[in-house]
Amino acid sequence: MTDLPLDPIAIDVGSVLQHTATSLYAHLVTRPTGRAVRMAIETRLGTAGPRSLSLIDFSEVTILDFSCADEVVAKLLQRYADPLGHEAFFVFRGVHEPHRDQVEYVLQRQGLLAVAETAPSSFELLGQRTAEEDAAWMSLERLGFVARSEGAGGPGDDLDRGAIDALIDRRVAFRSPVSGRVHALSHLVRHLL
Amino acid sequence: MNVVSVPGSLDQQTIDSFFDEVVDVDDARTLFDARHLRWIDPNGMVGLLVAGTVATERQGERPHLEPPENADVTGYLARMGFFQEAQHVFDLPERSGRRAAGSSDVLLEITKIAANADVHAVVDRVQRGAGEILSSRLGYPPSAVVQFSVILSEVCQNIIEHAEAEGWVAAQAYNWARRLGRFVVVISVMDVGRGFRGSLGDQHSARYGDRWGDATALEAAFLHGLTRFPDSGRGQGIQQIRRQVQKWSGAISVRSGTARIAQVPEWDDTPPMVDHLRPFPGAQISIVLPAREG
Repeated sequence: MTDLPLDPIAIDVGSVLQHTATSLYAHLVTRPTGRAVRMAIETRLGTAGPRSLSLIDFSEVTILDFSCADEVVAKLLQRYADPLGHEAFFVFRGVHEPHRDQVEYVLQRQGLLAVAETAPSSFELLGQRTAEEDAAWMSLERLGFVARSEGAGGPGDDLDRGAIDALIDRRVAFRSPVSGRVHALSHLVRHLL
Repeated sequence: MNVVSVPGSLDQQTIDSFFDEVVDVDDARTLFDARHLRWIDPNGMVGLLVAGTVATERQGERPHLEPPENADVTGYLARMGFFQEAQHVFDLPERSGRRAAGSSDVLLEITKIAANADVHAVVDRVQRGAGEILSSRLGYPPSAVVQFSVILSEVCQNIIEHAEAEGWVAAQAYNWARRLGRFVVVISVMDVGRGFRGSLGDQHSARYGDRWGDATALEAAFLHGLTRFPDSGRGQGIQQIRRQVQKWSGAISVRSGTARIAQVPEWDDTPPMVDHLRPFPGAQISIVLPAREG
């Protein structure tokens, strides 16, 4: 059995936007449009089994307003926040300068956290987090993965384990149920970039 | 018949006194006399449409509009698409009502906002043409057209989500040589819906008690992001518009009912709050974005 029981999928938001029945529009603006796009994404995740990792790609979206950032990013995360429900992980791609402000703001406002590609192949943690979570995530991002627990030997042995656990709980890091290793989400989707 | 004299200059500075005059009309049909109009900005154009709508609702028949005698002003109104919208609001003389072709100098023609599709149309239009104007007149970076589009999207959605009535939006660039010594972009968004007090009343009036009114409703939405929706993701539109306008050293003011609230930059002397205006329906938003200095 593989250490990573995940089969990451890429969802091109620009394409979803153009093919969503209620919106034949070029830009991700207005709340109903955002809601329709989110529901299309949720439909795709409905067949993903008990656990999923999705690369939600905004690269082809020219305009993203705050209402759509709230619908497509914040509400998507909230929808899958239930620890007893579908275990969904997300990485948001193409959150470059034109979109970054909107995404960061809605995450902060709702107390959420997300991994986002904010420059080509460069990932950041966006949203509300502690300094400890930030430091732990950056170390994890640099290393790619860390061993299951402190003292187990290997990379990341000196990390703040409480902060790592918080990152796992907030679904911005993935703990393999097979090996116990904790993986950086960005490394798990690199083959999709 | 009521006769409302449109002032020679109808813009952000004169629109409140114009609205005050409009709310005084009685049940008899109204004539809006704009023959002596010499200067008008998006606030004036959209304001005229709003005023005509208010008169129609009060009197049950469309008011008459006597267009400006000045050919330059009439031509400008045509280029901004004013007569195209005005023909649905006013009875117009035969000679008016045509849109001039090739209006490449217009940032955003007057556009009716009645559904989300209209917001998409506004963003599409701005994307196609605003970048050059924002860059050449205001000195904004090319990426500013994105934030400009986001502002317009959010401010137009405000009509659909809160007004429960139709409204209009327009934007244009001007050289405020005497007032500011710089180019500015003026954005106007107005509706004749239920206003901020009407939108927020059911959810929030109780906590304000006797203090509840147009001014407190504006403060609640404009300063504190309150909305009638229980969803904590709502109410961010105006907050974000304010933030972006501030980044660009711009001014934003919102009139609703008897009050007007404003976020005032250092170059402007508009009072941050004006209360006890004559009660005018809906919400009227004005944004001024100045050119970068230096």
